[in-house]
Amino acid sequence: MPLDACDLSQLISLCRAQIERHCEHLGRLDSAIGDGDHGANMKRGLEAVYRERADIASLPLPAALERIGLVLVMTIGGAAGPLYGTLLMELGRGLADEGGRADFAASLARAIAAVARRGRSGPGDKTLLDVLYPVQAEIARHAAPDRIAACARTAAQATEMMLARRGRASYLGARSVGHEDPGASSCALLAMTICQYFQEHTPS
Amino acid sequence: MTPARGANVGIVIVSHSPLVAQGAADMVRQMVGGCVPLAWTGGNGEGGLGTHVDGILVAIEAAWSEAGVAIFVDLGGAETNSEMAVEMLEPARAAKVAICNAPLVEGAVVAAAEASGGSPLARVVATAEELSA
Repeated sequence: MPLDACDLSQLISLCRAQIERHCEHLGRLDSAIGDGDHGANMKRGLEAVYRERADIASLPLPAALERIGLVLVMTIGGAAGPLYGTLLMELGRGLADEGGRADFAASLARAIAAVARRGRSGPGDKTLLDVLYPVQAEIARHAAPDRIAACARTAAQATEMMLARRGRASYLGARSVGHEDPGASSCALLAMTICQYFQEHTPS
Repeated sequence: MTPARGANVGIVIVSHSPLVAQGAADMVRQMVGGCVPLAWTGGNGEGGLGTHVDGILVAIEAAWSEAGVAIFVDLGGAETNSEMAVEMLEPARAAKVAICNAPLVEGAVVAAAEASGGSPLARVVATAEELSA
């Protein structure tokens, strides 16, 4: 479905509300295996994007995504800022490069690869990549939004049993097992929010 | 600002803690005085622990030298945020900035000592990174 300015503005509002609602939960997940600031950092980032939503929504989608990425980089901070920022900026650039022939799933795959390079991580390292990879695979096979949302939640939950190999959680070694990764968790929350919007607004 | 500004490689210190960053910078100053451009950044910009790209960009600007700038970081986010900051510089400037794989305090002090003798960026970085070898 093509996204217009109204869709984009609403998606920004919904994502911001979702992060706000789960801010404390994300903070608790991060306190268990990291430095505890993931909820507050994500909230600060989404609020900054929300403040700029009118300007962002007036841009063509690729430029809008790139702008959102830049705002996130400048405001989230921590380890998550560069990761979410790289994802959105690379996705925007990828879609722009391909012009009208843009294949969203392929552009997303390349943006995720850029996130992996930025974080020097891969599948199974207990990071937001463990949500991004399966979500991208579902998008590539044109799964319905509710299916993609369910996949995101399951994928985030699956990080609970993983041993952290990147970030501060990796300093805990085996003690990182048994806690859901906060980055994977926020990533799933955002993916689910976007999917729900598409589910409700796609003509059947 | 500093007598030899532009001649010697600059040093930037990026820590999650402003106290750590400033303390490391104090130790560098004690070693080399004012002959090496030096700047530090620490904290999330809201008074909490963390690092942020904006602060790193400001620090790079403050310690800028045509000979280049060597950045020293503590934990993960400090490194990735520094990478983002460097990528946001114009390419000609970005090429003159190196993020060092070295301990924050020891690296910055050793690098500053090397820089104070007029060594090029590659030499300054290599000397600091020997600490991690």
